[in-house]
Amino acid sequence: MTGSVLFDAPGPRTIARHRLYSILTVVAVVAAIAGVLLFLRSEGELAYEKWEQFVTPKYVEALLVDGLLKTLQMAFTSVIFAVVFGVVFGVGKLSDHRPVRWACTLVVEFFRAVPVLLLMIFIFFTWGVGDGFGPYWSVVFALTLYNGSVLAEVFRAGVLAVPKGQGEAAYAIGMRKTQVMNLVLLPQAVKIMLPAIISQCVVALKDTSLGYYIVAPGLTYIGKAMWTEFPGTHLQTAVVLAVLYISVNLLLTGLATWVQKKFVGEHKPLDVGMTALTGLTAQGTGGAPGPGIGAP
Amino acid sequence: MDDVFSNFDLVLKAFWMTVQLAVLSGVAAMVLGTLLAAMRVGPVAVLRTVASTYVTVVRNTPLLVMCVFVFFAAPNLGLLVGTPFLVKGTIAVGLYTAPFVAEAIRSGVNAVPLGQAEAARAIGMTFAQNMRHVVLPQAFRASVPPLASTLIAMTKNTSVVAVFGIMEATARMRYFVNRNADDTILIFVVFAIGYILLVELISLGAVGLERRWKAAR
Amino acid sequence: MRLTRLKVAAAAVLVASTLAACGDAGDDDDKGLDVDVQDNAAEEFDAGTRMRELADAGSIKIGVKYDQPGIGFKGATDDTPVGFDPEIGKILAADLGIAPEDIDWVETISANREAFLQKGEVDLVIASYSITDERRQVVGQAGPYYVTGQQLLVKSDSDIESIEDVKGTEVCSVTGSTSLANIEAEGATPRGFDTYSECVDQVLNGTVDAMTTDGAILLGYAAEHPDELKVVVEPFSEERYGVGYSIDHPEMCDWITETIEDAQEDGDWAAAFEVTLGKSGVETPEPPAMDPCA
Repeated sequence: MTGSVLFDAPGPRTIARHRLYSILTVVAVVAAIAGVLLFLRSEGELAYEKWEQFVTPKYVEALLVDGLLKTLQMAFTSVIFAVVFGVVFGVGKLSDHRPVRWACTLVVEFFRAVPVLLLMIFIFFTWGVGDGFGPYWSVVFALTLYNGSVLAEVFRAGVLAVPKGQGEAAYAIGMRKTQVMNLVLLPQAVKIMLPAIISQCVVALKDTSLGYYIVAPGLTYIGKAMWTEFPGTHLQTAVVLAVLYISVNLLLTGLATWVQKKFVGEHKPLDVGMTALTGLTAQGTGGAPGPGIGAP
Repeated sequence: MDDVFSNFDLVLKAFWMTVQLAVLSGVAAMVLGTLLAAMRVGPVAVLRTVASTYVTVVRNTPLLVMCVFVFFAAPNLGLLVGTPFLVKGTIAVGLYTAPFVAEAIRSGVNAVPLGQAEAARAIGMTFAQNMRHVVLPQAFRASVPPLASTLIAMTKNTSVVAVFGIMEATARMRYFVNRNADDTILIFVVFAIGYILLVELISLGAVGLERRWKAAR
Repeated sequence: MRLTRLKVAAAAVLVASTLAACGDAGDDDDKGLDVDVQDNAAEEFDAGTRMRELADAGSIKIGVKYDQPGIGFKGATDDTPVGFDPEIGKILAADLGIAPEDIDWVETISANREAFLQKGEVDLVIASYSITDERRQVVGQAGPYYVTGQQLLVKSDSDIESIEDVKGTEVCSVTGSTSLANIEAEGATPRGFDTYSECVDQVLNGTVDAMTTDGAILLGYAAEHPDELKVVVEPFSEERYGVGYSIDHPEMCDWITETIEDAQEDGDWAAAFEVTLGKSGVETPEPPAMDPCA
């Protein structure tokens, strides 16, 4: 159902009323923005000195190289691991053997129900500190377990979304179970799942910010170092961080939409709302904007 | 290991804080999210733009950065200084969750059969009447599963306020981990079970709600 | 719609990169004390000792904190950390004939100090590293070069004067720290933050009533804001900061102890204190007596 079904084509009076609403809204929004800017200016928050570090080459470099690049590395590394984890456990959940199915379901449901931050702190303080693998990998492993569990559901749904006849035909020509899965079902499923995987990158990217808690590198770490060095610039730093996150995420969302159109067509994006245990899902901390959701 | 169990009241108190945060943020996010959803499907283009801008911006910003605004940037400007930490947590988590609620409700609106809205229009209902009496009651029903997902994610997300001064479950786990470095696994399991119970509670509530509303149809 | 948004984002990135050439934030802070670097230091030490090896090599790796003003702090783009701990490090290095610029500073956090010493990632740890019996099982600790204890940092006009006054107030510290647990036991509402500097901001803007941790750390912040903040309450715990060294080189203990004792006598210790923690206007304390080496 599209938005337009909800209301009639507006008549002259309605158009006038809507115009009034529009004008009022624009006035209110402009007034709000102006009010905020004036307030910030009177507080001296817009002064050049408070923003200077963000146009100073060495700090820009720190933000982009030690910050953004590390954040992207952590996000993509964990997504790649998560895809592997997701395939193993997603296929495991489709296994014909009940114990395998149950074990995989249990693992997947556990990691989906536990806050990723709790997981991260646990991993860091158990195996990450001291001689351990450090905060960077603690973030990567926590995000792998969490996103991998979400992707396991995506993979399961993806395999189930391949038309039934495909598998049946493969069995009919004498393929074995593994062959059917590896040669027929998974390749097609991956195509359907690609946009969901990219969307999961957005979730992972946002969740790398949680590395802040365990002194992992990344954007929030650099942000913290910068507002510590320039006291009273939390606002400015947070604005810059938000802009960076939003830009990268919009690029990723755009990519997901493009992939969706190019490879999947007009199919609905995969919905993995249902879980085996409760019939409901525990969605990502971020909950990526699903591809294809735009303005009505 | 005895530390967690002999101080179990601290664990319970921490989860009570998590529950309070989740309930308050949930209410805030539902109100704001419903408003955003109505704006997004409504006839006024400007309102649609405002709502979708908010949704786009907030959905792509990490909750941690939202918390920096609410807990660090605002007090430095003299805002929210006397505000209780629980309220600040509610503001951060509520503002962050609202767009996800809006999207869940919008998907519910999309699930309402076309004929319903058309029939409402046919008998002369305005957009507001149509939404209030025909579309939204049904949309909420269809939104129950995605809304439950959103609320579950939100409950888990309340953990992010742990280093912003609120002693909720995750901060309390840090406390125990620090005191008992050899027992992290047990401590983690205790706290994980707490979260899983909360998550299952929301799931069961949603399943029950769905069943009841289905019967009422 | 989406395309336009992408274009806007791309344009924003471009604008940012063009602007990037013109700012000049961050200034070079004072670099602390000048130390007398010993000439021919290597000959002072017996062959085979770790000190001889370091003096011969002409460089030393010292682990310090990077996030505690006054104690050990390094800005996002600074080359070297500043603070009381790095000053002690420079005094020790100078005795080996190693100039400050030849010191390899390594960031240590509370969680990794023992491991860094055991694995030889650093030669010394000088990082608000309290001497405890537990730690002395696995690493060497010489000192104390400084004695402090848990205190409170409050606004200059605060009513909090004694530990009894914290009941019912909101007191912040670092999430999961012992200090936070102690103050909770005193009846305050604990407010855990990620770092001390977040916490001190909350005190400055009036969100919380006080901050608590080792007095030395609090003095560092009071030094940054001498008009707005003060350190109150008799220390209600004793933290003795020591210099950490590898347990495989027990000979380092006597050297560290003697070098710091010399610095205490000739005024270097006091001077190091004055340019770092002493900036808060607090009187330079009597240097603590060093423990004898085993």
